[in-house]
Amino acid sequence: MVYALIGVGALGCAIAAVTTKRLLNSAIWLALTSALVALEMYLLGGPFIAVIELSVGAGLVTVLFVFAINLTGEESTPNAHPVLKGLALVCLLACLALVAYWVLPPTLVSPSNPDTQPLATIFWEGRRLDTWLQALLIFTGALTVLGLLRSTPQETDQKEENPDGLP
Amino acid sequence: MDYLDGVIVLLVVLGLVGIGIYAIMVSRNLIKIIIGMQVMVKGVLLAFVLAGRVSGNMGLGQSLALTVIVVDTIVAVVALALAVRVRRRFGTLDPRALTTLRR
Repeated sequence: MVYALIGVGALGCAIAAVTTKRLLNSAIWLALTSALVALEMYLLGGPFIAVIELSVGAGLVTVLFVFAINLTGEESTPNAHPVLKGLALVCLLACLALVAYWVLPPTLVSPSNPDTQPLATIFWEGRRLDTWLQALLIFTGALTVLGLLRSTPQETDQKEENPDGLP
Repeated sequence: MDYLDGVIVLLVVLGLVGIGIYAIMVSRNLIKIIIGMQVMVKGVLLAFVLAGRVSGNMGLGQSLALTVIVVDTIVAVVALALAVRVRRRFGTLDPRALTTLRR
């Protein structure tokens, strides 16, 4: 029952995140979705990943979204065509129903011989290469963002000519 | 956790993935598309943790979910930086405007 309540809350927040018009409200709904998903993870028995999801998903990513929305500004974009929306919804529901039919019965059977290695052993010994690659990926991402947000000479000239950004 | 709870969590996973894919398909704002991608990844993370719980190998499920969180955060950061860049260059966040062939 608790799983269902939290799950319905997470789905409601996710729907609000993708349907709300204002981008800032969408970011806040996304943070709430992350928090509820983290709670569900904790109940499933994953406290480490729940804490990381709460701090990264609901904290860091939300700050990044607010920062990006602050830089780009709120922009009202037109809605997609209703026929396209309906078609996308029908295709999506059909695919999800097929996946649910295919996945549900065999995968939720309890294991006969569970493997109970601790997270630290798996992460630092079993998947050592993945860990190093993740660290490399973080540095690559940081350098990419620095390169993307650097002003080009043309933009610098425009800023010097019109420092207030007025048309 | 009994079988019914597992089914409920799996339905939540499918719901989150579905909502995310739908948002990516119909949104006409780059930041909204990134938000849709984030929603989809929340479902995938929950699926990893559920798989770890059901298979009895919770450590592996959590470590894979941790990898997905790292990769997803980097992708979101780079995508948001690209959206800021697009806004500066084209003056809009509409992905349909990202073409120079129409002009």
